[in-house]
Amino acid sequence: MSKIDIYKTWKYDESLESTSYITLKDTYDLFIGGDFVKPLSKKYFNTLNPATNQSIAKIADANDKDIDKAVKSAIKAFKSWSKLDPKERGKYIFRIARMIQERAKEFAVIESMDGGKPIRESRDIDIPLAANHFFYHAGWADKLEYAFPNKKPTPLGVAGQIIPWNFPLLMAAWKIAPAIACGNTVVLKPAESTSLTALKLAELIQDSGLPKGVVNIVTGAGKTGAAIVNHPEINKIAFTGSTEVGKLIESSLSGIEKKTTLELGGKGANIIFEDAAIDQAVEGIVNAIFFNQGHVCCAGSRLFIQESVADSVIEKLKDRISTLIIGDPLDKNTDIGAINSAEQLKTIEKYIEIGKKEGGEIFQAKCSLPKQGNWCPPTLFLNVSQSNRIVQEEIFGPVLVIQTFRTIDEVIEKANNTPFGLSAGVWTEKGSKIFKITKALNSGVVWANTYNKFDPCSPFGGFKESGMGREGGLHGLKSYLKFE
Amino acid sequence: MSRIDVLKTYKIFIGGKFPRTESGRFSRLKNKNGDLVANICLSSRKDFRNAVVSARNTQKGWENITALNKGQILYRIAEMLEGRKLQFIKELMMTGSSKYQARSEVEQSIDRLIYYAGWSDKFHQIFSSVNPVASNHFNFSIPQAMGVVSVIAPNEFSLLGLVSVVAPVIVGGNSCIVLSSEENPMVSISFAEVLNTSDVPHGVVNILTGKRKELISHFASHKDVNSIIYCGDNNEEIKEIEKVSVENLKRVEIYKRKNWDNKTSQSPYFIEQFQEIKTTWHPTEA
Repeated sequence: MSKIDIYKTWKYDESLESTSYITLKDTYDLFIGGDFVKPLSKKYFNTLNPATNQSIAKIADANDKDIDKAVKSAIKAFKSWSKLDPKERGKYIFRIARMIQERAKEFAVIESMDGGKPIRESRDIDIPLAANHFFYHAGWADKLEYAFPNKKPTPLGVAGQIIPWNFPLLMAAWKIAPAIACGNTVVLKPAESTSLTALKLAELIQDSGLPKGVVNIVTGAGKTGAAIVNHPEINKIAFTGSTEVGKLIESSLSGIEKKTTLELGGKGANIIFEDAAIDQAVEGIVNAIFFNQGHVCCAGSRLFIQESVADSVIEKLKDRISTLIIGDPLDKNTDIGAINSAEQLKTIEKYIEIGKKEGGEIFQAKCSLPKQGNWCPPTLFLNVSQSNRIVQEEIFGPVLVIQTFRTIDEVIEKANNTPFGLSAGVWTEKGSKIFKITKALNSGVVWANTYNKFDPCSPFGGFKESGMGREGGLHGLKSYLKFE
Repeated sequence: MSRIDVLKTYKIFIGGKFPRTESGRFSRLKNKNGDLVANICLSSRKDFRNAVVSARNTQKGWENITALNKGQILYRIAEMLEGRKLQFIKELMMTGSSKYQARSEVEQSIDRLIYYAGWSDKFHQIFSSVNPVASNHFNFSIPQAMGVVSVIAPNEFSLLGLVSVVAPVIVGGNSCIVLSSEENPMVSISFAEVLNTSDVPHGVVNILTGKRKELISHFASHKDVNSIIYCGDNNEEIKEIEKVSVENLKRVEIYKRKNWDNKTSQSPYFIEQFQEIKTTWHPTEA
């Protein structure tokens, strides 16, 4: 049977999102005490557009003294913020949610420019979810005593928050919204390659009239993050990023009474049973691993297909990924955008080489890639085994490793055989199988007949080496409160 | 001629058996008159590792026993302890408690077991949620046992402290390896006999006696242990535990409290500490 060649038969016209209505400054300073202030370090670095590797703006590089200044400002603000009528606290946060919605389009465009993700995703997922996180947590501010029966919750103080580059604004919202709703104040550091939307959020927070110093946003790389972690007057550290850095943070805090929440790496198992709705499952596989270029801690990066349907699923999957459009993140047709940084592209390419050396059979979609910028075609590895590095280690890119299984107990064993425990997917039309699997898998989130869904009221977080604590929902509040 | 008493050999408790320590070492436990009360095993790293294997093997099975059944087994432990109340009072008195203190400690231990037996089929409801997500999905979050927990039991209240810490761990479906009170380990081994006659599956609770100094780092570093409880306020020990537990991101719980005989020593939050929250999504559109 001859297949339709999509590219020959049809061609999509470009559908570029306009950048005319966004406003960006040439230089961004640190947001401390409600004002943008020049860094004491006097240093700046460039933030690049990963689709072109051109500089978009200069960003301040905060040092220890800058962090100290931000913490002092947060401590000062905590005194009044924690005593403010919780109802009023909530109203400020509701206001932030609304203002993000008003300026959603601007945020979406900047997010795609700075981070490389398709505009379709930043527009439909990142920005609306970020607004929803503020809206959801705003309502908790004056209802916290209902969340913990028989306990009296009080805020912790100053929260130091360090976030990654894969969902820049959304992660800022995940961190800031619950922290300030619970009455804490915040020093937040975005990732160095994607600081822009956090700084735009700082501008928005300034507009919102939120009391000065409640939210401080400081920029910089690892050293700046370390200064936050080690600052003695910070009461809580919330970190999202790699397991390696998470362990360093936890280790440096040993013997110190500082609460931590860690959202770390993963190697999600996506399990396809023979009785699944196969076409839906194939879409699910694509969404699980290629969403946001695979830069997702909960990505379904290990695929397990029941043997009886493996051949047909793999064939369909190869066909499907051959139709994915890779290219300009600002094009509304784009499915897969740019790899976030040249450095991350190197990491992904290193793993692809390792996979080949380990004897995996590689399949990459034949697609044209733009000449400039950082790009990686959707990649599959077949014939891999449990002990392969590409099966055990997090790649954080559009690379899927595929294994097969015969029985449900076998796939449970294989899926759990990893130090991680963040996410998993299961595809079957049989309800009892879903419940058996979800119960047996050691992972914080299980998507049944769906994948990569997020919501502010849905707790998120990992078992084992994927992290500690939950974010979002009622369970996420606990991380920002203490109890008598 | 008066009858010669039969003295008990105090051994350790691993996988439902009472072996001697692999190390062959012991310490002499004396009462306040300086008389020998018992020879107590000084457990080794190897004993601990054996106990982890046993705890891991049994954990999933224990977790999957129904909540109702787990509650009944905890209640059964209380029944067995009630039946041997006099023995426990006597043992506590041998190592320094007054009669009043000993009786109160044993009775509170029994009551605490019943308290947690009752939580067995209720705490899930307190800590679960159905989450009204803004899409066509049914979404719920439920607690699930962390797995294997290592426990440095309180030095104070050698029976009540141990019961207060272990009961919430096991009622949540975890298995555990306990290092009993270093100062007063005797009663923990008698408690193991109670556990062993209460239908608690072998390996759910393992009890070792020995020195904190020798064992703490092994309890904290073992990669097949999911969580560790430390009871005490020695900051150096706490720092060491927190440092080595990072290796596999063990959940560390520090209880600095010295008192285990008041109302704040029991609550469902002691169970929740050793649960992971798991969230499941499913589409609602057919």
